[in-house]
Amino acid sequence: MANTIYNSLKLVFLLCVTILPHEYIRAAEVAPVEMVDSAGRHIAVKDTSRVVAIGGSITEILYALGLEDRIVAVDTTSVFPPQALKDKPDVGYMRALSAEGVLALGPSLVLAMEGSGPPTTINVLQQASVPFVSVPEGHDAAGVVAKIRFVAHAMGVDEKGDALARAVAEDFAALAAMRERIEQPRGALFVMSMGGGSPMVGGQGTGADAAFKLAGVTNVMSAITGYKPAVGEAVLAVEPYAIVKMGRGGSADDAILQLPAFAMTPAARDKRLIPIDGAYLLGFGPRTPQAARDLAAAIYPELDLPKLPERPWTKAQGAAP
Amino acid sequence: MEAGAGPTARERRARLGLLACAALAFAAALASLAIGPVTIPVEHVLTILWRAVGGSVAGPEIGLRESVVVLDIRLPRTLLGLMVGAATATAGAMMQGIFRNPLADPGLIGVSSGAALAAVLWIVLAAPLAAALPAAIGEFGLPASAFAGALMVTMVLHVVATRDGRTSVATLLFAGIAFGAMAGAGTGILVFMASDQQLRDLTFWTMGSLGGATWAKIAAAAPFVLVLLALAPLLARAFDALALGEAAAFHVGIDVERAKRLAIAGVAAGAGAAVAAAGVIGFVGLVVPHLLRLLIGPGHRLLLPASALAGGALLLGADLVARTIAAPAELPLGIVTAAIGAPFFLWLLLRRRAELFG
Repeated sequence: MANTIYNSLKLVFLLCVTILPHEYIRAAEVAPVEMVDSAGRHIAVKDTSRVVAIGGSITEILYALGLEDRIVAVDTTSVFPPQALKDKPDVGYMRALSAEGVLALGPSLVLAMEGSGPPTTINVLQQASVPFVSVPEGHDAAGVVAKIRFVAHAMGVDEKGDALARAVAEDFAALAAMRERIEQPRGALFVMSMGGGSPMVGGQGTGADAAFKLAGVTNVMSAITGYKPAVGEAVLAVEPYAIVKMGRGGSADDAILQLPAFAMTPAARDKRLIPIDGAYLLGFGPRTPQAARDLAAAIYPELDLPKLPERPWTKAQGAAP
Repeated sequence: MEAGAGPTARERRARLGLLACAALAFAAALASLAIGPVTIPVEHVLTILWRAVGGSVAGPEIGLRESVVVLDIRLPRTLLGLMVGAATATAGAMMQGIFRNPLADPGLIGVSSGAALAAVLWIVLAAPLAAALPAAIGEFGLPASAFAGALMVTMVLHVVATRDGRTSVATLLFAGIAFGAMAGAGTGILVFMASDQQLRDLTFWTMGSLGGATWAKIAAAAPFVLVLLALAPLLARAFDALALGEAAAFHVGIDVERAKRLAIAGVAAGAGAAVAAAGVIGFVGLVVPHLLRLLIGPGHRLLLPASALAGGALLLGADLVARTIAAPAELPLGIVTAAIGAPFFLWLLLRRRAELFG
């Protein structure tokens, strides 16, 4: 009974929020931000003081905007800046959330990357009284910039968001200029893991494929969709110039070049194995232009691609201006 | 047993069946060497193989890449496939003999559940640490861990089911089911803890693949598979006698307990090595002996070697489908064997029902 009354009151409030003239809302003490999230839901965000950030790139954007004090919790994919997981409670992995775990910290807003899950939990969170905003994912320059603006808008800091978005867009433009200098695109293979048997490679529609595009690199496994195991001899047949592997180097990485399927590739012959941090290359946050430039520089060393300007948000300290 | 009823006709048919299995395995091996996502003419494949064994032939000029594909990728894969298929099917035939139950397979004595639990343990907990270890440990960590898991679980089950030197087949069966459930729970917890990448790794591992075939892996698995294949014919008479019941077998002079011990140890080693090298591959151990029993009769003297040959052939055939149908992506092998094996098994079941009750 009490719940019904509460829900009707909530409905009346939401109606007020959407129907009342804009000026009137401005005059109110808290100015709600109205937005449509990536799930197509209309959401009014009125309090951004306690945010749960679900998705590494959202956490990165919030830190880059200097809003880290408003984060009450992050998820396990929020590995950058490193202090995020050190300072903030962890609500678990973004695809294995629990509704109670997310709400237990008393957030006033939940910002979750599109694709967070499981769907049943997301369904519960969407119906909870705390605004749940699903942030659209984007795997290209425009998508990342839009993501930044979206998060900034949800947090009610459009101006700061605009500054960050412009800076990142500049970096993307500089990256595009570098891509122009590539005359003969080279093909690379993205290896997610060696698993037990065949190498798990990144095909079309993966973050790795998108990162390759940004770096001006051809994905040699575009015949595959998603991350799938590849037949050994097929890897040999596509002759990758380089192999990009998730990880931070180490001897286990070198071992893959000795496997028969890899040993005869041009990549293995010339020892072009590029280990790259997963969150950096596949995070699609404000550091993406730098990550793509690093990948391009590793694959086209003769072009002497210049470093992109260092930004406050690309440094591990992560403090915003 | 109809040993005296129509010996010549039956015996001849069984021998023919065994020969057919051998021919099938040979043909499957050739096909496996000749066909793949990289197109190589058959005469090139034969020339490469002939030259590899030291023969000289005035054949065509052959590129390095073709010879690498055949000798370094397809040949180890084919040999591993033969080994894994032979071990799995032979182990299945032995389990069916020991349990006197046509539904038995190596999974019953905990080989698959133990190997799966240990493999998942390795993928989720140990592999992140192994990145810092020498490459050799990184490569062998997963199979070694799976093999140890298979042996350990089988040993525990055997101890549980043995009292006063007698192993109760029924207890073994039920303990195997209980342990399978426990291992499933353990695997579930690890799945819960795993990251996306680890989830993908372990999901694909539990569906089996010959993709990791290297000469080193073959060398590591071969001794255990050979022990199983060598042991099987020695136990053939015991299995035949056991078909009449444990008491009857005892009275014709079979040391039943010893036969059980040997069979369980051999299956754990051989099937364990197969699972370790190629992941969990279902239905081969169940279907192959079953089918052969219909074709060549229940006598284990021929059934065991025929199972080994046909198991190898079936696995190579399934692998051929797995690596060509979605090329350059690779379909997990277990999907193919189950997709072929399950309907076939059902058909077999219905046919036998007609025979038995029709």
